[in-house]
Amino acid sequence: MGIDRRKFIKASGLAALGLAGLAPVKLFGTEDSTQAVSDSVSSRKEIGKPLEGKRWAMVIDINKCLREENCTACVTACHTAHNIPHFDNSKDEIKWIWKETFHNAFPEQEHEHLKDHLLEKQLPLLCNHCDNPPCVKVCPTEATWKRERDGIVMMDWHRCIGCRYCMAACPYGSRSFNWRDPRPFIDRINPDFPTRTRGVVEKCTLCEERLRIGQLPACVEACKAHAMVFGDLEDPDSEVRALLRENFTIRRKPSLGTHPEIYYIV
Amino acid sequence: MRDKGRIIIGLVIFLILITFPVWYNVARGKAGYVPQLEKPATVKQCVRDTSFMKAHHMDLLDEWRDRVVRKGEVMDIDMAGKPVEMSLTRTCLGCHHNREAFCNRCHSYMDVSPYCWDCHVDPKETK
Amino acid sequence: MLEKALQGSKQYWGWIAFLFVIILIGTYNYVRQFQEGLYITGMSRDVTWGFYIAQFTFLVGVAASAVMVVLPYYLHNYKAFAKITILGEFLAIASVTMCMLFIFVDMGQPFRILNVFLYPSPHSLMFWDTIVLSGYLLLNVVISHVTLSAERKSIPPPKWIRPVIIISIPWAISIHTVTAFLYSGLAARPFWMTAILAPRFLASAFAAGPALLIILCLILKRISKFDAGDEPIEKLATIVTYAMAINVFFVLMEVFTALYSNIPEHVMHFEYLFFGINGKDFLVPWMWTSEFLAVVSLILLIVPSTRRKKRTLVIACITVFLSLWIDKGLGMVITGFVPNPLGTVTEYSPTLPEVLISIGIYGVGALLVTVLYKIALSVRKQLPV
Repeated sequence: MGIDRRKFIKASGLAALGLAGLAPVKLFGTEDSTQAVSDSVSSRKEIGKPLEGKRWAMVIDINKCLREENCTACVTACHTAHNIPHFDNSKDEIKWIWKETFHNAFPEQEHEHLKDHLLEKQLPLLCNHCDNPPCVKVCPTEATWKRERDGIVMMDWHRCIGCRYCMAACPYGSRSFNWRDPRPFIDRINPDFPTRTRGVVEKCTLCEERLRIGQLPACVEACKAHAMVFGDLEDPDSEVRALLRENFTIRRKPSLGTHPEIYYIV
Repeated sequence: MRDKGRIIIGLVIFLILITFPVWYNVARGKAGYVPQLEKPATVKQCVRDTSFMKAHHMDLLDEWRDRVVRKGEVMDIDMAGKPVEMSLTRTCLGCHHNREAFCNRCHSYMDVSPYCWDCHVDPKETK
Repeated sequence: MLEKALQGSKQYWGWIAFLFVIILIGTYNYVRQFQEGLYITGMSRDVTWGFYIAQFTFLVGVAASAVMVVLPYYLHNYKAFAKITILGEFLAIASVTMCMLFIFVDMGQPFRILNVFLYPSPHSLMFWDTIVLSGYLLLNVVISHVTLSAERKSIPPPKWIRPVIIISIPWAISIHTVTAFLYSGLAARPFWMTAILAPRFLASAFAAGPALLIILCLILKRISKFDAGDEPIEKLATIVTYAMAINVFFVLMEVFTALYSNIPEHVMHFEYLFFGINGKDFLVPWMWTSEFLAVVSLILLIVPSTRRKKRTLVIACITVFLSLWIDKGLGMVITGFVPNPLGTVTEYSPTLPEVLISIGIYGVGALLVTVLYKIALSVRKQLPV
């Protein structure tokens, strides 16, 4: 009986999800409107049906990732899509997704006799879009906040005052500050995404600008090894849930109670 | 009140100085100057009434900004009831192709300097 | 009353001119920083707060320490502090002003600072810090103005000011507590995340602030007819002694807990602070100097004869002030970021423009103290004693 009821709730939840997914399509999915927009779009693809999820999450398979020698496809894709400047010094550096050794990524879980590839190679790190984000708590202007509907930790670069309290509060080093005007340091500007002004903090937004037009995050799309899987954690049939069910996964600094939504298959 | 004369002279000089820009433009024959803005050739109607846009385009942009960034919406409904993407670079510049001859010309006449383009990218400028 | 500040000797104007020069140099460098960005400072992606926020933290302490004269005088009716209470309040005004300036120059987008009030966020300690600091400034301006005006007219101050003064006492404690919470609430930074941070901040504040006040009183005695008298100086010296002893005790407790428990992420910061990691040791000489000065100051303060003798007391006060300035104005904030949460050691040291901007702000503070003290002393000289 109990199981039946759970099944029923699941099923109705799914149905609700499906409806929610359809709703925005109805709102602006008509033929001529998409046409009108794409006429004026320079390089961006057509506006597709937005990806809808209640709790976005990502599962990164370290083994698959590390099999690709010195691959930085995810980093390049993200940094090109989001107009990330390139500075020669690490002091002014801006990064949304970057690679670190297991030792730096999981300081609490490392030891000196790990598998060779974990000791030597680097794995991708990005904003964890925590369920309990310390950066959001400390922001004095709500320039960074957690989206209730899908769990993305967002940034409003119009509002940020550049106090950098969020950078002090983030236990994962996921945030960067624009110490200087980034524009002269961007190799090729993508007109579909803004650059930033000096004096504001920025970080990964889980490609919310892509999700809303029906595209996967740039890093996930670019990953040749299919080591990064993106999906809705609340959907029991999603690929991320299947991967979490079938593999042993870890998260960064779980003891802090931030509940990261980026999972790593070791 | 022995300084009456001096005060009046001072006030006159002050008035002349403060109204100098007016006299200067009159002398140059530009007294009634109004900037000529380049309007879109094909599209006749903006997303809102023209008089509203003239006075309140910045408010609409603020509203769009908050709806897109903070509420995660994509589309707005224009005057004709058609959906339009809330995007400065794609929707606004989509019709007003020449930013220089539209936005900048009027902004410099009004002596306002919005900082939209510090971050937002005019697609033409990247080519 | 401001006209009192516009009369003075050659030395007075020379001092004012000097302060204006360093303020101008600071302003010039700030304009540069404003136009080019904070990259002209030594701060980086890993060390995101530096000299500015450290000075802010130290000066909140100096501001809060006014309570050490206000409380005995108003709450316990300790008459010996009658002459110096106003000096303490004026020092608080100057310090809070400097705090606000240090926050301002640290902002990436200073013109958006009103966003803190437009979008109030009670979940952020930064929001509360803004409120308590502005409130403390307002309280001290009102209190000092009302009491000094009454003194000038040789009438007792109005009755309503007393509750305001009483409120200012816990308020002073609150500014340094909230400032400590700014740090101690961050799980990401084990070096700061200690329950003893607020008490430690208060102890160091109540040592450094009154030490500075003693130095200022003794300077005033030299350059003017103002004499604070022996009793208040001795009482202040006692306060400095206790506060400094408690501060050192607190620091040792921190060191013990971190080192004995031996949790790597706690030990690492102390290791960086006192020995350096992988040859990165910018703070090491500073910290040992600070500890050495702390020991010297404690000896001078605890031994009764050296505490009572003005000459040795001055040395004790200077060593207290320098020791705590290094500890809080350099070590405390920077070390929270080194190593970073990923264990990487990125060093920080302030750049020349950063230091010049800071000196400019200290110049503003010194100017305020000078002008306000001048006003207070001028008012006092009019009084029949």
